[in-house]
Amino acid sequence: AAFAGADDDTLVVNEEIEMVTKTAAPAAVADALDEVMSGWHFRSDETQALQMDDFENPAMVFVDQAMDSWETVEGSEGKSCASCHDDVADSMKGVRAVYPKWNEEAGEVRTLAMQINDCRENQMGADKWKYTGGDMASMEALISVQSRGMPVNVATDGPVQAMWEKGKEMYYTRTGQLELSCANCHEDNYGNMIRADHLSQGQINGFPAYRLKNAKLNTVHARFKGCVRDTRAETYKPGSQDFVALELYVASRGNGLSVEGPSVRN
Amino acid sequence: MCLAGTMSQAGEVAPKDVKFTEDGAIAESLTGVAGDAANGAIIAGTKSKGNCVACHQVTALADVPFHGEIGPMLDGAGERWSEAELRGLVANAKMTFEGTMMPAFYKVDGFIRPGDAYTGKAGAEPLPPILTAQEIEDVVAFLATLKEE
Ligand code: HEC
Ligand code: HEC
Ligand code: HEC
Repeated sequence: AAFAGADDDTLVVNEEIEMVTKTAAPAAVADALDEVMSGWHFRSDETQALQMDDFENPAMVFVDQAMDSWETVEGSEGKSCASCHDDVADSMKGVRAVYPKWNEEAGEVRTLAMQINDCRENQMGADKWKYTGGDMASMEALISVQSRGMPVNVATDGPVQAMWEKGKEMYYTRTGQLELSCANCHEDNYGNMIRADHLSQGQINGFPAYRLKNAKLNTVHARFKGCVRDTRAETYKPGSQDFVALELYVASRGNGLSVEGPSVRN
Repeated sequence: MCLAGTMSQAGEVAPKDVKFTEDGAIAESLTGVAGDAANGAIIAGTKSKGNCVACHQVTALADVPFHGEIGPMLDGAGERWSEAELRGLVANAKMTFEGTMMPAFYKVDGFIRPGDAYTGKAGAEPLPPILTAQEIEDVVAFLATLKEE
């Protein structure tokens, strides 16, 4: 049918990395969904193909750029990321899969972007990057690549539980003049068309995502902001505790799916 | 002082004064002026107006590209519902279907994080309704023409 829900294609990147793009819903969302699915399943064959080969994936130029900044000395301490973390392929393997996560020393839930900026400010003595800016998105992409194919596995209990509950509450809150929640679109209606858009489950295992529409890498919080704005609501700020909580919760809805970032979307 | 969008014309029922029946219908016209079905069709298909096709398929609007599939097909709505019921559905469908996903087009306050249209910035309640009283009447007139399933 023209408007069939998720398709049954399989995602293998570079004929090598087999991605889990559908799996039984993790405990955190088992009351709401049977199966969780990557947004990849809801895109056209052409868009899907771009993500199956790194030579085709337009996000990969940004990964290369981030590789350069990984080696670039910046800030008062005369250090680069590589000064402390050496080879990104070793030191950052598995990192994306468990973020956002609790940082014991700081006593806070940290997103990958928060951690990167913490290293820039406090380890390098360099300026923070804009939370949803190009440098940040590219670095997130480089770090994600090191975990591609590994299952998303964010914690939902222990010290992060309060933030997780807050994120869950936000997910089900109907905001704005249109009075729509994330769940209205991404839980109750995934697989359906809303005007010209094919609704997915709104998973973030593929982030950062290269969008053909704006021809750049898009961060999780930028995407959230757009979706909240589309309910005719006052958005939350990227990097705010609100969006950190929402990211933690949404990430947990994808526990078990493979890390796919950087993905390609329309 | 009045904001342009919230200003109501003389003889119009303002959003806060609308009386719904127990079943969510609105018996009286919001303007006393007969709805213009042709204009209602345009509003229903226009993204910045009703954008009804975002969620509904409507054969009468087949020339408008991309109809969504969130709500039921609207063909035959004019047969299933009376004019009063249709008016209630468009003004605030939550009075007919509790908790429905369908937005209220003639509601101006009581929102969580109300925004200034699609800017993402905060909006001050009362917000302008998404459709004016006469636009609601026009959409109702259009729906009333949808007789065949
Ligand atoms: C002077 C040393 C230093 C530099 C330079 C540095 N980091 Fe770090 N980084 C650390 C330390 C120490 C930790 C562990 C922090 C903690 O657990 O609180 C860390 C942790 C991280 C983590 C989290 C790893 C995990 O397993 O949770 C990421 C991601 C990261 N750094 C990225 C970067 C990036 C990107 C740069 C460059 C822009 C950078 N770091 C520069 C010292 C550094
Ligand atoms: C009015 C409908 C609507 C609402 C409400 C909505 N979204 Fe979306 N969202 C979309 C559409 C349309 C897309 C693009 C198609 C897709 O990937 O689902 C999208 C895409 C996304 C994506 C990208 C998925 C991918 O694989 O690239 C994420 C993540 C997302 N939304 C999260 C959210 C969150 C979190 C909320 C609540 C704060 C939310 N959305 C509310 C309509 C909505
Ligand atoms: C965001 C989605 C959405 C939008 C936009 C929307 N609707 Fe609906 N509509 C629904 C849903 C869902 C229902 C089903 C009611 C229910 O059970 O929740 C519905 C029900 C209806 C019904 C009654 C269903 C029937 O029997 O035919 C009518 C009439 C209707 N809508 C008209 C409109 C008109 C006119 C507009 C635009 C001015 C509109 N809708 C915009 C989602 C929407």
